[in-house]
Amino acid sequence: MADDCNETLRELYGFLDGELTPENRQHLQQHIDDCSPCLAAYDFELELRMVIRRRCVEQVPESLRRKIAEALGEPAPGS
Amino acid sequence: MADQATFADQAMPFMSSLYAGALRMTRNPSDAEDLVQETYLRAYRGFGGFQEGTNLKAWLYRILTNTFINSYRAKQRRPQESELDEVEDLYLYRRLGGVEAAHYGRSAEDELMDFFSEAEVKAAVEELPENFRLAVLLADVEGFSYKEIASILDIPIGTVMSRLHRGRKALQKGLYEFAVARGLTDPVPGGDPPVTASSGRTDS
Repeated sequence: MADDCNETLRELYGFLDGELTPENRQHLQQHIDDCSPCLAAYDFELELRMVIRRRCVEQVPESLRRKIAEALGEPAPGS
Repeated sequence: MADQATFADQAMPFMSSLYAGALRMTRNPSDAEDLVQETYLRAYRGFGGFQEGTNLKAWLYRILTNTFINSYRAKQRRPQESELDEVEDLYLYRRLGGVEAAHYGRSAEDELMDFFSEAEVKAAVEELPENFRLAVLLADVEGFSYKEIASILDIPIGTVMSRLHRGRKALQKGLYEFAVARGLTDPVPGGDPPVTASSGRTDS
């Protein structure tokens, strides 16, 4: 069991990144379903990634959008 | 071969993502605007070399990253990779797992979101040494695959994985230091914390 936990920890980011082979993915999924400490760690990492993604969103300044649109020969938005 | 006439229609929707990436890279709104504008002009001129059907966002990001590395990085200090400390796995979870739940008592999806403010997350990303920052940005914020990141940064996949591994741990350490600096269970500064009666705040 502890071996599986260590392996899960080692493969956790590959799993979250969608980069494991189908066999490894299935193996890890099975372990997480059965092991609540590993599930808790997985949930935390998944959630943290969502927070990082959502907190890093930016609004493009309208002036920049217009400058680029004009440079590309597009009519400026709203004109 | 891609048709230049369709460039604006295809490429404009990625501007928010590119601008956010440029801000994290340059850490400066005025440089970020210049970088995005230059990226679009270069991409427009080189659009004939884009292969239709491949990932346009990854192609644009490659130009953004190259432009940043060649033009803007020179202005900034270049931190060495050795500046990153060794950080243990699950660094943040081992320290915060449960703390935020106990404090806010809210649903799992909202706990961490309320725990770190927008300014803290952005600052923690921006404090990473550049090589690690680019890898973490491309994977965790933009969702590119290891293969795409390898192609964008022109490095082997093994290097992508090791930069991600160390960069993510350093990011967690940075976030934790923000949390400690304001007192672990104190409310998040800057108006981001929950305002529900059940949030357990005790400012009175």
